[in-house]
Amino acid sequence: MSTATQTAGILIVDDEPSVRDSLSAWFRKDGYRIGAAEDAAAALRLLQSESWDAVLLDIKMPGMDGMELQQRIHEIDPTLAVIMVTAYASVETAVQALKQGAFDYITKPIDPDELSHLVCKALDHRHLQAENVQLREKVEELSRLDEIVGESPEIRKVLALVDTVAQTDATVLIRGESGTGKELIARAIHAQSPRRYFPIVPVHCGALSEGLLESELFGHERGAFTGAQFRRKGKLEMADGGTLFLDEIGTISLKTQVELLRALETKEFVRLGGSRTVHVDFRVICATNLDLEKAVESGAFREDFYYRVNVFTLTLPPLRERVSDIPALAEHFRRKYAQQMDRAITAISPEAMDQLVRHSWPGNIRELANAIERAMVVGKPPQILPQDLPFPLDANGAEHAGETLDDIEHAHVVRVLERTHWNVTRAAEILDVDRVTLYNKIKKYGLRRS
Amino acid sequence: MSHLALVPIYFDDRGPLVDPVVRRLERTLGLPVRIQRPWFDPEECFDASRGQYRSTLLLERLLAAPPDGAVRRLGITSVDLFIPILTFVFGEAQLDGTAAVVSTHRLAPEMYGLPPDPKLLVARVEKEAIHEVGHTLGLVHCFDGACVMHASTYVEEIDLKEAEFCAGCLSQTGRAGSLASRGR
Repeated sequence: MSTATQTAGILIVDDEPSVRDSLSAWFRKDGYRIGAAEDAAAALRLLQSESWDAVLLDIKMPGMDGMELQQRIHEIDPTLAVIMVTAYASVETAVQALKQGAFDYITKPIDPDELSHLVCKALDHRHLQAENVQLREKVEELSRLDEIVGESPEIRKVLALVDTVAQTDATVLIRGESGTGKELIARAIHAQSPRRYFPIVPVHCGALSEGLLESELFGHERGAFTGAQFRRKGKLEMADGGTLFLDEIGTISLKTQVELLRALETKEFVRLGGSRTVHVDFRVICATNLDLEKAVESGAFREDFYYRVNVFTLTLPPLRERVSDIPALAEHFRRKYAQQMDRAITAISPEAMDQLVRHSWPGNIRELANAIERAMVVGKPPQILPQDLPFPLDANGAEHAGETLDDIEHAHVVRVLERTHWNVTRAAEILDVDRVTLYNKIKKYGLRRS
Repeated sequence: MSHLALVPIYFDDRGPLVDPVVRRLERTLGLPVRIQRPWFDPEECFDASRGQYRSTLLLERLLAAPPDGAVRRLGITSVDLFIPILTFVFGEAQLDGTAAVVSTHRLAPEMYGLPPDPKLLVARVEKEAIHEVGHTLGLVHCFDGACVMHASTYVEEIDLKEAEFCAGCLSQTGRAGSLASRGR
């Protein structure tokens, strides 16, 4: 069998034409794809236009020398294996090159066997690094999926909808308060979809300014703006074949909404500063904790963009409406942090659990996770006690309600209804009110059985 | 009739190596081989600073041959060859081209302090000659350790392979048909 399938790319950078030519010819016979550059500028152009797996870089060159170029290459792609080549051996230069991230260092003339092995080793190293990153991402993705915990009717309903919508290619809008797990649900949809073998690419729209968000989404060509020294792929391109997850979509500026709407509808766009149309194929999942209808009314959110993203809506219940899941969630986070921190805390005491169940959790699951993480730090083995939790306690050990009387009543009515599986008669008995009063409370707080 | 020209450069063309190499090339490549005296001064390819001959310059000379019906030219030499960045090469060829050169200098066991072994030397020269001509047919290095196109960066590696193309490489060459049709 011939080595025709071996298509790793090697870039040779040397100011001597005879070295470039002879090395190119040598490696071509091994079936590699070869690029040759006579100086740093030409090398950077080739690095920008094509992808390479290894670089053989001469240290002594006119203009920007090999050491400086190696630094630049390391900034562009830290996993690219750079082998420094020079006509004379210098320990200081070798040490400096290796400190700067060079893969290895050789002196001319090179033994053919040594060169052949070194390049094979560099390519193997690059391949293993890429594989390592992929596996880490995979493990991270799988471990994140495990975090959807709960048996309450509310979460079961959400998961059933996830199952249904995952098989389609429909755009999904996930709504819910902050900390309810919108990204986890987006990842669950992706993981069950036919696109699961391609990446899910999250974009946290709220964290970026308008210009940065556009560059992040669409990518840019070299020189598109100050500091854009190299062509960069945007998240839309990175999501090709997979899923684009737009978090905090309600914060996107009107101008970017127009650009994004066009890209979502046509699956085509142009990189910033570019002229070539890029075609992509991805599924869109959006998330927001804002009232998009109000934003449309006030003119902060375009109506056409709203209808484009609001195809299939999934609403995540706040934690206070799925109180029955709190023990399982708390236990899940205890196990997770015990393992991460290597702490021998094996349980949550009944009193502490009671505190957790009674808290209203305005920050939802994120707040619960943080509370347990903190308790794992301040608490002592073998179990988490009420005083380890970040809630102020009164003399009876009960949590101080930092909210209004109505809030407390609301939360308590929900809790009792949950516990009785919405048996109004039984709940009214527990609350010591008549059924009409309970129905009035249900109406007042707009409670609905999931 | 098309043929392969074997050009002896500082090489005894009546010595014991020539006949077996010619026979092997004819058998493996399916093409007549004719000896052609060099028409250039190989001393122009000598690099005094390294005490070796630059194989790329020899290739250039072979490529500039007067037309005589040869579809490929293989230089065979006893001198040590190099390309600028490497300490030595066993040979060099124009990939998918018409010229190649092979050196016997580092193939002799005496080079490594071992007793002479004429049979082993012939086998090595045959393999390297076919290997370099294989490159002119567009073949790159082969993963198959027994194939003559397997890369050899040290001499013992040559001994491990056969003097024949593997089935995959053979199908790519089209053998003599390829030589005759693509050579000019």
